[in-house]
Amino acid sequence: MTDARTLPRTDAIGGRRPGFLARHAVWIALALALLLLPYLFSSRLALSTMSMMGTMIIFALSYNMLLGQTGLLSFGHAVFFGLGGFFTVHVLNAAGSGDWPIPLPLFPVVGGLGGLAFGILFGWVATKRAGTAFAMITLGIGELVVSSALILRRFFGGEEGITTDRTDVMSFFGYGFGPQLQVYYLIAAWCFLSIAAMYAITRTPFGRIANAVRDNPQRTAFIGYDTSRVRFIAFSLSGLFAGIAGGLSVVNFEIVNAAQMGAVESGSVILMTYIGGVGNFAGPIIGAILVTWLQLILSDATQIWPLYVGLLFIGMVMFVPGGIAGLLAMQAPVMAARKLHRVVPFYLLALAPGIVALVGLSVLIETSHQFSIRASYGPQLTLYSIPLDATSPLPWVAGVVLAVAGGILFMRAERLARDAYHAAVAQGGQG
Amino acid sequence: MSATAKTPILELAGLRKSFGRMEIIRGVDLAVVQGERHAIIGPNGAGKSTLFHLVSGHLRPSAGAIRLRGESIEGLPPQSINRRGLSRSFQVTNIFPRLSVWENVRCATLWSLGHRYSFWRDVERLDDVTRRTEEILTEIDLIDRRRTPAGVLTYGEQRALEIGLTIAGHADVLLLDEPTAGMSHAETERVVALIRKVSEKRTLLMIEHDMQVVFDLADRISVLVYGEIIACDTPARIKANAAVQQAYLGTEAA
Ligand SMILES: Nc1ncnc2c1ncn2[C@@H]1O[C@H](COP(=O)(O)OP(=O)(O)OP(=O)(O)O)[C@@H](O)[C@H]1O
Ligand SMILES: [Mg+2]
Repeated sequence: MTDARTLPRTDAIGGRRPGFLARHAVWIALALALLLLPYLFSSRLALSTMSMMGTMIIFALSYNMLLGQTGLLSFGHAVFFGLGGFFTVHVLNAAGSGDWPIPLPLFPVVGGLGGLAFGILFGWVATKRAGTAFAMITLGIGELVVSSALILRRFFGGEEGITTDRTDVMSFFGYGFGPQLQVYYLIAAWCFLSIAAMYAITRTPFGRIANAVRDNPQRTAFIGYDTSRVRFIAFSLSGLFAGIAGGLSVVNFEIVNAAQMGAVESGSVILMTYIGGVGNFAGPIIGAILVTWLQLILSDATQIWPLYVGLLFIGMVMFVPGGIAGLLAMQAPVMAARKLHRVVPFYLLALAPGIVALVGLSVLIETSHQFSIRASYGPQLTLYSIPLDATSPLPWVAGVVLAVAGGILFMRAERLARDAYHAAVAQGGQG
Repeated sequence: MSATAKTPILELAGLRKSFGRMEIIRGVDLAVVQGERHAIIGPNGAGKSTLFHLVSGHLRPSAGAIRLRGESIEGLPPQSINRRGLSRSFQVTNIFPRLSVWENVRCATLWSLGHRYSFWRDVERLDDVTRRTEEILTEIDLIDRRRTPAGVLTYGEQRALEIGLTIAGHADVLLLDEPTAGMSHAETERVVALIRKVSEKRTLLMIEHDMQVVFDLADRISVLVYGEIIACDTPARIKANAAVQQAYLGTEAA
């Protein structure tokens, strides 16, 4: 029997209170990574990609305050990202022409306040309900805002959107934020702060009650909490952080347009969050990095890249509902049992035919695309640096063979990997 | 027992509830006095749980009054009634399945300790919350299971947690809906001891099918049959009451 008085102060970490370095190891590592990444990836493209990833990390985490923490499925989260962007761009332009003494690093605050204000306004309506009704209201809000953008052209700038010049405002300790590297560090700093703040919020009374509302809203009322108030606070705070992300996006790209508030962007953040994993705080971070990167390389490689992202999403929902973070978290007991060497070979064994199957699938998809929609461009296409003819049987046969053979082998190997995993966990449990 | 002479802490007057054309609660009058242990018995489908749903704000009465310490509470939402010091458990276990046992109980302490919706204070550093959570977990004997997700606890453990959630918030009126249902003999004994202890300085209103438990614990018993209270008295006199025997206890009491 454990003596209650000897319980550690925090339930999550057992034993004696570790030192400062150990307690904050994750945060120190994160800060170092953000600091050092530009030395590893220093091209302009890499810097701009990483800047975008930083923005998306904040956006996806803010979305998970709703979906993962509070159990609210919103279809209109991009509204707050976009509105944050528009507020930032207007204040940025006003500050530039009026010589206001505000340096660039403070402008995401404007985006955050814009997001918060509209989070409060729309949240006041949407959070009166939960579940499907809530989801439908957020969908409506998204449509409402995008269609009012067409009417309020002065504020939203019509189709072209509103542009700005981030170097017009007061410099910050000599930094003018012309070079992308400086912008990267500005975004990295905000990214670190936002991650820390959103993590801290999960560890407050509100954060824990939000989890309770996610798990069982009915019972939450019987322990004294107004569940719609909890939803309202979650909605407002997530608007705040989405607005910060929108502000950073304006700093990065110097433009914002109404499409960024639309359903496609709202869908994109759901994808990131879900693929990364909603059940884990770090999940959306992984998802934002991965999906941003995928969107980038896929859009370079093929016109129909959204199809692939969509397939990935469906695959994840069906087979890996815990997302990538969930998959990684599943390895914790294996690592604790020091059995990682027993499972990793099986994972690789499954990965190889999996990739073959994906290649086969992509050959089929691209060949069909060339054959049908792109028929007017002729039947020639180049895949994986191999010239192919969509009217010849070769790509079709090769695609089917690769997809089917890879798929069958993958399913076999996947079963083996599963068995290896369970064996490793079971052995760990005994030892 | 001079319980009836004391002031009622919870009073139901002419309480009615209909679902569509079916009247389930058909004019209930009941006065629960401060500090007593009051049991409600009655056959299946008599409306006992429905009565609790009305008192705790889960359902709105069709007619009648509910007073807690003299103040009307009928029609208030559950959280308002809970904040006034009335807490209830559920017949069908109703916990937070994905949260750990520790987190379950901790959440149930937060409001009563005044932490409300705070999103700026570190919950690990709230010493009053930690102390209270430990206290409750020790009391319901789940301290060693505190890291387990509540959803994977055994049935008996979940029932204990259900009671833990109900008592964690310092409420002084407790409504327990069949706390021993489905338990083994040993488990029942432990839960009865727990109920006896936690209801010492509180008022207890309890629905219970196990007559042993009822006669053991209750100062007074009300018998609910088809939405009406047909008798309300001390255990000894309820046992002797002919109408009760006929309507409910039947052969069990004979
Ligand atoms: N929401 C509802 N809508 C319609 N009928 C209901 C509803 N809730 C309960 N009832 C009916 O009301 C009657 C009383 O139900 P209640 O759950 O209060 O009984 P009980 O006395 O708690 O029974 P048990 O001992 O089985 O728990 C039952 O006939 C039930 O079918
Ligand atoms: Mg019942």
